[in-house]
Amino acid sequence: MVAYTVRRLILMVALLFALTAAVFFLFTLLPGDPARLTCAKACSPAIIEANRHRLGYDQPVLVQYGQFLGGIFFGRTFSSDSPQPIVCNAPCLGYSYTRHQQVLTLILNAAPVTFWLAVGAFLVWISISIVLGIFAALNHGHWPDRLVMGISLVGYSMPSFFIGLILIFFVVLRWNWLPFPSYVSPFDNPLRFLQTMILPWIVLAFLNTAFYMRLTRNQVLETFHEDYVRTARAKGLPERTVVVKHALRAGLTPLVTAAGMDLAALLGGAVITESIFSLPGIGSLAVNSVLQSDLPLITGITLFSSTLIIFANLVVDLLYAFLDPRVTIA
Amino acid sequence: MTGSSMAVEPPLLSVKNLSVAFPTEDGLVRAVDGVSFSVEKGKTLAIVGESGSGKSVTAQAIMGIIDRKAAKMTGEIWLDGQELVGLPAGELQSLRGSQVAMIFQDPMSSLHPFYRVGDQITEAISAHRSIGAKAARAEAMEMLRRVGIPAVERRIDDYPHQLSGGMRQRVMIAMALINKPALLIADEPTTALDVTVQAQILDLIASLQGEFQITVIMITHDLGIVADVADDVAVMYGGRIVEVAPTGTLYHEPEMPYTLGLLSSVPRMDRDVSTRLEPIPGNPPSPIRLPPGCVFAPRCKYADRVPDGACMTTRPELLQAAPDHLVRCHIPSEERREIAQGVLRVLTGGAA
Ligand SMILES: Nc1ncnc2c1ncn2[C@@H]1O[C@H](COP(=O)(O)OP(=O)(O)OP(=O)(O)O)[C@@H](O)[C@H]1O
Ligand code: SF4
Ligand SMILES: [Mg+2]
Repeated sequence: MVAYTVRRLILMVALLFALTAAVFFLFTLLPGDPARLTCAKACSPAIIEANRHRLGYDQPVLVQYGQFLGGIFFGRTFSSDSPQPIVCNAPCLGYSYTRHQQVLTLILNAAPVTFWLAVGAFLVWISISIVLGIFAALNHGHWPDRLVMGISLVGYSMPSFFIGLILIFFVVLRWNWLPFPSYVSPFDNPLRFLQTMILPWIVLAFLNTAFYMRLTRNQVLETFHEDYVRTARAKGLPERTVVVKHALRAGLTPLVTAAGMDLAALLGGAVITESIFSLPGIGSLAVNSVLQSDLPLITGITLFSSTLIIFANLVVDLLYAFLDPRVTIA
Repeated sequence: MTGSSMAVEPPLLSVKNLSVAFPTEDGLVRAVDGVSFSVEKGKTLAIVGESGSGKSVTAQAIMGIIDRKAAKMTGEIWLDGQELVGLPAGELQSLRGSQVAMIFQDPMSSLHPFYRVGDQITEAISAHRSIGAKAARAEAMEMLRRVGIPAVERRIDDYPHQLSGGMRQRVMIAMALINKPALLIADEPTTALDVTVQAQILDLIASLQGEFQITVIMITHDLGIVADVADDVAVMYGGRIVEVAPTGTLYHEPEMPYTLGLLSSVPRMDRDVSTRLEPIPGNPPSPIRLPPGCVFAPRCKYADRVPDGACMTTRPELLQAAPDHLVRCHIPSEERREIAQGVLRVLTGGAA
């Protein structure tokens, strides 16, 4: 298990290297002149050239990549020959000239917002789906099953921005049940935090609930017909034990993989939901960085989100191996 | 244990007119249709029949693991003086695993993949007896030793996937016998195993049966193995029992044409090697549209011997041909015996 984890971690680092290269070259070789974007419209060619030099964009691409990598491990200094050099400590993901802030700082400021959004939505959707999914499976073919499947179908076919806009329109604008969303930390103002987050959580959980409800139901239904569930019953175990310890334990385990990866994807930013509810999370940051062609920021966010996903992959695999003894990791 | 009278003991298990039907979208599936038989204490009854004849459903009905919401079940099942069909679910549950136990066809999928085999056995113990974890484990270990698991100290903490098919079936047997049930139902316990392992498992069941004085119902579609293990044989077809007899009688004096067909389709010791194995032509009936008369009529070579096409219209009863020999066929017993002896003569090359 330890050896496996170490091997996976090494693989993960290698993968991240490849990823940085891909992301870096992809965005650097994209048409457009990053130096141009550093100053306002009325910009003399001389200033542009000066900035190009300051940012290092006049260097060959490979050198730029080397500096980028070096920054991650050892830190780096931007505009070193100017009177006010910008020191960026390791791990330095770059410096955003449109916002005059370090990329890592920007990401770390946005991350808690996305974290609360993702985790809250995750808890909502997982608990609702598992409860309703099991309920439907236990009442297979009867009205609770049909109702749950119906809700799932409706939820499935509704785009999240549509639900989000409807909720804002009625709950906030029409009925004034909630103040207009504006993010505060849960540690500063828990009530305001909840008032702001409840709608985004619902919107984000909606689609996933539809999916996971169906998945749970089908998984559980399938295990009800497994031979080992029949064996459990034949042993004379109470029906509760048969269902919970034997059927559900096996039926719900595969959900771990899907749920873990979906959570990781959300932690990397929920673009649409964050935009609708003006939450200053990773998703909004990503959208704005693209709108402003903020290359260092785009690169940084892409790296951040991919790292999360790769890491989640490892965690999910380890967790699964822990839950299902048939999966051998060696 | 009931009181020991010198009089003839009633059979341990007695099934009377058992029917199990599943309402489905396509219609009512009559999986078991008026089945009656009984098994004396300590004996082995083999139930044989083609796929879909209702063997497993009969077994599940006796185990009380038929989903009562999904099935209509009528008739009586008497186990050691207790009637099971009308028994409340809770009481059935406490009988399962303690009075009646079952092993299944596929030991790969019958053990839970997530739990250690030892834990699965101790779970069966604590379902019926309050006993400490240590004692339960010791008991499980002892039982695993008895069913022939080598290096039990290590194997007891293995997961099922770490064991071979034969070992898993041994674990299933250990788990079934751990509470010393009176009745063991083995539903095709060797079908999924290698040929070499099959005989070992059958021997194991037979030796444990003697040791624990268990009554056994052995379900199989292989008449070949029946001769070695069973005292009596019940032949099932289309959800009904069509012939019941002591094993020797069934082999040497069968009467029902379906039994003849089965005998012609399996190898046997006294068989003339020059005669081909002859499968019964046609297919078993759909349990949704059972023929109105004799269920075997559409495939029966001898149906036209019965006047007025009664085979197609009138359901034959399971009647006595000899004191312990029941046959369900319209042809008179004398004539059936002649037919059968003719068939057997051909099979054995005139040696019989
Ligand atoms: N839960 C159920 N719902 C509907 N039909 C069922 C159900 N269980 C069994 N059946 C049907 O009942 C019939 C008898 O099934 P059963 O499993 O008893 O056959 P079997 O004799 O054990 O055959 P095999 O040798 O293949 O195990 C089959 O046609 C089967 O499809
Ligand atoms: S009753 Fe008729 S159809 Fe059925 S087995 Fe006898 S002869 Fe054949
Ligand atoms: Mg069967």
